Amino acid sequence: MTQRKRLANTQSSSQNKRQSVPLASQEEDDDSTFPQPSSSQVQRGLERFTPAQVDQKTAEVVQFFLVRDQKKIPVRRADLVKHVLKDYRNIYPEIMKRAARTFDQVFGLKIVEIDSKNHMYILVNKLETAEAPPITSPTNPKTGLLFVVLSLIFMKGGAVRENLIWNTLKKLRVDAGEKHEEFGDVKKAITDEFVRQRYLEYVRIPHTEPVEFEFRWGQRAEVEVSKVKILEFMGELHDQDPQSWTQQFREAHSVSGSSQTAPSSR
Amino acid sequence: MVTHETTTHTTTGSRLKEKKKQEEKEGAHCRRVTDQSRDMARQMEDSHRRFLQTMMANGIVDEQSARTLYQYCCETHNTQHTPDKLDDFIETINSKLQPMFMQVRKGMSEDNGQQFYALVNMAETDVTRMSSDYADNELELFRKTMDLIVCSENGKASSTDILNSADTLTTKKLKKSETEHLLNRLVHDRWLNEKRGEYTLSTRCIIEMEPYIRSMYQDQVKVCHICRNIAFQCQICEKPTCGIKIHNPCVARYFKGRAEPRCPACDDFWPHEIPEVRRPRSQSKR
Repeated sequence: MTQRKRLANTQSSSQNKRQSVPLASQEEDDDSTFPQPSSSQVQRGLERFTPAQVDQKTAEVVQFFLVRDQKKIPVRRADLVKHVLKDYRNIYPEIMKRAARTFDQVFGLKIVEIDSKNHMYILVNKLETAEAPPITSPTNPKTGLLFVVLSLIFMKGGAVRENLIWNTLKKLRVDAGEKHEEFGDVKKAITDEFVRQRYLEYVRIPHTEPVEFEFRWGQRAEVEVSKVKILEFMGELHDQDPQSWTQQFREAHSVSGSSQTAPSSR
Repeated sequence: MVTHETTTHTTTGSRLKEKKKQEEKEGAHCRRVTDQSRDMARQMEDSHRRFLQTMMANGIVDEQSARTLYQYCCETHNTQHTPDKLDDFIETINSKLQPMFMQVRKGMSEDNGQQFYALVNMAETDVTRMSSDYADNELELFRKTMDLIVCSENGKASSTDILNSADTLTTKKLKKSETEHLLNRLVHDRWLNEKRGEYTLSTRCIIEMEPYIRSMYQDQVKVCHICRNIAFQCQICEKPTCGIKIHNPCVARYFKGRAEPRCPACDDFWPHEIPEVRRPRSQSKR
């Protein structure tokens, strides 16, 4: 029991309240294909492999995560076990622990479980988002758009009917119906891309006829995006003190609301 | 230095042993200091991580951008920044990337001679590193394109030739439109460059695939006589018994200012037009 707890504590970050379910916990595991190994099994498993083999497998897990993360696709534990771990499945918790340490020390990234039922993980940045990086990544020019949508949802209390999103964007001269020169297909970006990447949730509003949808923050946004920063951004935009939005301010500065990223070394 | 302990057998041998012990102690001390400084140099910090994350997002950056990025990362994380220690900085990152078969490697563009840094995957020794993005028959076509480029004299493959090889695929065949679409993707993903209907290997491709190319095309691949790296777009000495190859940018640099260019290997007159040395673009990419 204590063994498992120890593994769990090294895995989950203490700041990440959202991830209250540690990776190696003994809660009901719906993965019928993969029974969670006990700590004694892990010990025995480790004896079967050389340190070099375990290191190699850890490296493969890291690579697997990185490739998926590049496309912002969450990693399913089942896939990890099937495609990478294979014979090493019994020492899965140990491999994950090492992979997490590598991500932390080498890449400044963190493995976060966003779905404890289906065991899905994403990589989250521990470094604070750069203000003015000298090199902008060609892979993500849509961050500005995302940020506006997230801000809107947050300021409106956590959920926004989709029409409000389209109307607000239109006021900002971003017509979701037309192809935007910088963001491309805006509607697709918001309803498809951002949702797939777990930045947004696109949820059906019950009892609506015709069917209406609303947007909420997705799991990735919850762990990656700082509500404090959003409020500051709003404050600058409207030339107001962030504190003037008392409810949002309170939420942003509460434990669950503040960004899960580690404080920067500044 | 011998201790003042007197023993009955202060033979040369034991004195030498004493001296050796002392030297070993001093040597060990020096080694400890070196190890320590090496270890210190090798600890990764947030500045390194930020640099690495940027490399991961971009794949390849030119040298000037890399220097600017290095400075930015150090300043952001209040780390000391020594302008000419970029390679040491990268070495620290590389030492930690090595267990994962990843490296930040430096290479030269055959077009303008500019130096680039690329984050490469050293795990596979084949084009399978691209396998997450391309289907089997697409990879096969890429290999055929590489064949054409390696075996060509000018390091280029025409789109016509590539389209023709699409007909000879052993995996699923590719239609003409599919091949064209694939070539566009390969250019977009920075594996190939295209100019006037001719395709060349991109700098990133050359840096990343170098070990594969060297082993796969051992006999055919050209090597630059000046910089010793593999070469595709290069000039060749006309003397049949010589035939050394030199990258176009290496030619420009080597023969710069010489009235009468001569082959560095056989001293024959170098008959080709000497290109101008290209100045790197001063702006980093935005």
